[in-house]
Amino acid sequence: MSSDMMPTQVKRKLVDNAGLADKVFRGVARGGGSLVLVLMVLVGTFLAYRAWQALSAAGVSFITTEQWNPDGGGFGIAAVIVGTVLIAFVAIAVAVPVAMGTALYISEYAPRRIKRTLVALVDLMAAVPSVVFGLWGAFFLQWKIVSLSRWISDWFGWIPIFKVGGVERHDPLATQTAYTSSTFIAGVVVALMVAPIACSVMREAFGLAPVGEREGAYALGATRWGMIRSVVLPFGRGAVVGGTMLGLGRALGETIAVVMIISPRFEIQPRVLEHGTSSVSSLIALRYGEASPFGISALMAAGVALFVLTLLVNFGAAFVVSRSRSGAVSEV
Amino acid sequence: MTVLRGVQPTAADTTEVVGGPEATRSEGPQAHATTVPSRPTGPNDQRRRRTSGLRRSDWFAIIGAFAAGTTTTGVLWTQLGPFTGALGYVIVTWFVTVLCYAALVSFDESRAVMRDRISAFVVHSLGLLLIAALGFVIEYTLQRGWRAIIHLNFYTEDVRSTLATDPLTKGGVLHAIIGTLIELGIALGIAVPLGLIAAIYLHEVPGRFSRFIRTVVEAMTALPDIIAGLFIYATLILIFHLGPSGFAAASALAVTILPIIIRASDVVLRLVPGSLKEASLALGASRWRTTWHVLLPTARSGLATAVILGAARAIGETAPVLLTAGATGYMNLNPLHGSMMSLPLLAFTQVQAPEKNEIARGFGTASVLLILVLLLFIIARVIGGRGPGELTARGRRARAAASRRDARRMSARHAHIGVAYPVTVERQEEAGP
Repeated sequence: MSSDMMPTQVKRKLVDNAGLADKVFRGVARGGGSLVLVLMVLVGTFLAYRAWQALSAAGVSFITTEQWNPDGGGFGIAAVIVGTVLIAFVAIAVAVPVAMGTALYISEYAPRRIKRTLVALVDLMAAVPSVVFGLWGAFFLQWKIVSLSRWISDWFGWIPIFKVGGVERHDPLATQTAYTSSTFIAGVVVALMVAPIACSVMREAFGLAPVGEREGAYALGATRWGMIRSVVLPFGRGAVVGGTMLGLGRALGETIAVVMIISPRFEIQPRVLEHGTSSVSSLIALRYGEASPFGISALMAAGVALFVLTLLVNFGAAFVVSRSRSGAVSEV
Repeated sequence: MTVLRGVQPTAADTTEVVGGPEATRSEGPQAHATTVPSRPTGPNDQRRRRTSGLRRSDWFAIIGAFAAGTTTTGVLWTQLGPFTGALGYVIVTWFVTVLCYAALVSFDESRAVMRDRISAFVVHSLGLLLIAALGFVIEYTLQRGWRAIIHLNFYTEDVRSTLATDPLTKGGVLHAIIGTLIELGIALGIAVPLGLIAAIYLHEVPGRFSRFIRTVVEAMTALPDIIAGLFIYATLILIFHLGPSGFAAASALAVTILPIIIRASDVVLRLVPGSLKEASLALGASRWRTTWHVLLPTARSGLATAVILGAARAIGETAPVLLTAGATGYMNLNPLHGSMMSLPLLAFTQVQAPEKNEIARGFGTASVLLILVLLLFIIARVIGGRGPGELTARGRRARAAASRRDARRMSARHAHIGVAYPVTVERQEEAGP
């Protein structure tokens, strides 16, 4: 092809001949967007700035110190971050199987006439205030679950994380309070809070699994479970990971329910069934009132550490969901 | 055979259909004779078959496995082992039941079927577990709070002169209800317009800048609510000396729910069919008109849901309010000055007390909060249960009436100007449904 046969392909300039109303509209919209951006950036930079004061004073010891005495002695997030992560892991370990089972039940097994009710019920649970879960955990679950804690530590106490300090295994006279206010109990309560969130993400993706592929699996002789394993679960894998991460982000930041259950303890305490643990958000909730200005910036440094953690989790979730098929469908 | 379903089974075995109504009307000299093949007769032939997958033996297997599970664990618990506790009993029973069920099914089914049955059992029990647990949380709160919320004074008084030991006929949560509503109103007043405008911006003015804003908003949804509270505490209260107040609490709530509202509205706006917008633009409407008359009305129910879910979140948040509102037993109507109580915070402080009545009051407060959230949620379901653009019957009638009015107006105008316009066609359509 010679070049003179082709018409010259100059990139044309697109002129958008917007009227006055459109210009105003666009200006207002852009103004709103910018305002949101400014607000968010303000929160971020302010937190980072105030946190920097504490961080520069503490240096590396901020990550390695377990105690929290900003106005004398050292302070650091080693204990609280470990506590936060442990509570979140317990919550996820309990919540994800339950959420996945419920999502599969609603999308695959439930009779059609109760399906809508179940969906509404689970969505409603995601809106129940955390203080209600906290009340339930502190006044009911705590005392019912102690026997389970004791049973686990009696029979599986040889696994380090299930050990409980201060009591002998199989000691019938062991005091109940050795098992209360533990990471495990806080984790179970948080699990109930995050399970509906994870469940509704997963259910939506499972429901979108293509009908043609489902029927293909049945036509090839698959049982219902065979169909689920070969069609629904691979299709919803992204949503399972995404829902899990979303729940994890929520679990890391949960405050009130955790505050109502745990009793604070500033040391790295990996034994999940034992009395006493700590988390970043409960540290802030308990210490902000009596904190000096420097103490506030130390709390902010802890908060920023938590924020960075949840941010990583959320972006991880977004990345996984955007690369999966189920994520691609929801874009349409 | 099934294609002949229309033929009555009472018809004779061989029916000689001579012609038929069609043929007689055609007045043909020679009608065709059709021989319908015989079909199996007998009333039992057309019995409705059950499509349910469960046979009687399946029920026996489930019931048997459950009986075996409970009794085996019962023996373990009472006779053999040093086990105690109801919760452990239930959990071990479940595992034993699953094992027994697997064994029973494997006697007369293949492995694939066994796996199917076991997974169905597990999925059903997990679903039941979550729904039962969540239902129980609500039931427990309402039941413990019942003693407090049946007294009328619970809704008409505050707790300024109520001691923790006072009987439940004294003191109430009116100040917290008012405080919650004021804080919620201010928070929504800040977050909803800003959030909707930002969502429209993200959707209608695409470009690098709006992509950047979207990323920042997504990042901000990860902000733990306590840190939003800490931010407001450190700025408004410590730097600007506003003091703990309703406005500070409302700002903290607004910061918390703003990213949520933006993301939810963004998702809803994305569901509006592009063809609708393109049709509007192709008819010559400006972007502003398209947004106002097409995009927003189409997405209205979804946007309402986004806002109401944001409100439900804001009403239940305790952590930001804990840091910024202060706690008081007095009614306070001024959001700019003085502490202001809200429902979650009141419940949180009341249950810290060791007195029985105060704890009952705390549960009562939580019940009121729960009922408020339930109401909001039900409203959200009623409004937002439909997809974008779906109308109620009333909405459809209104829409049809509006378009008839438009047709009349346009035809009148064209008649006035004298332009040949196919008015009659529109009139005909008007007469339709």
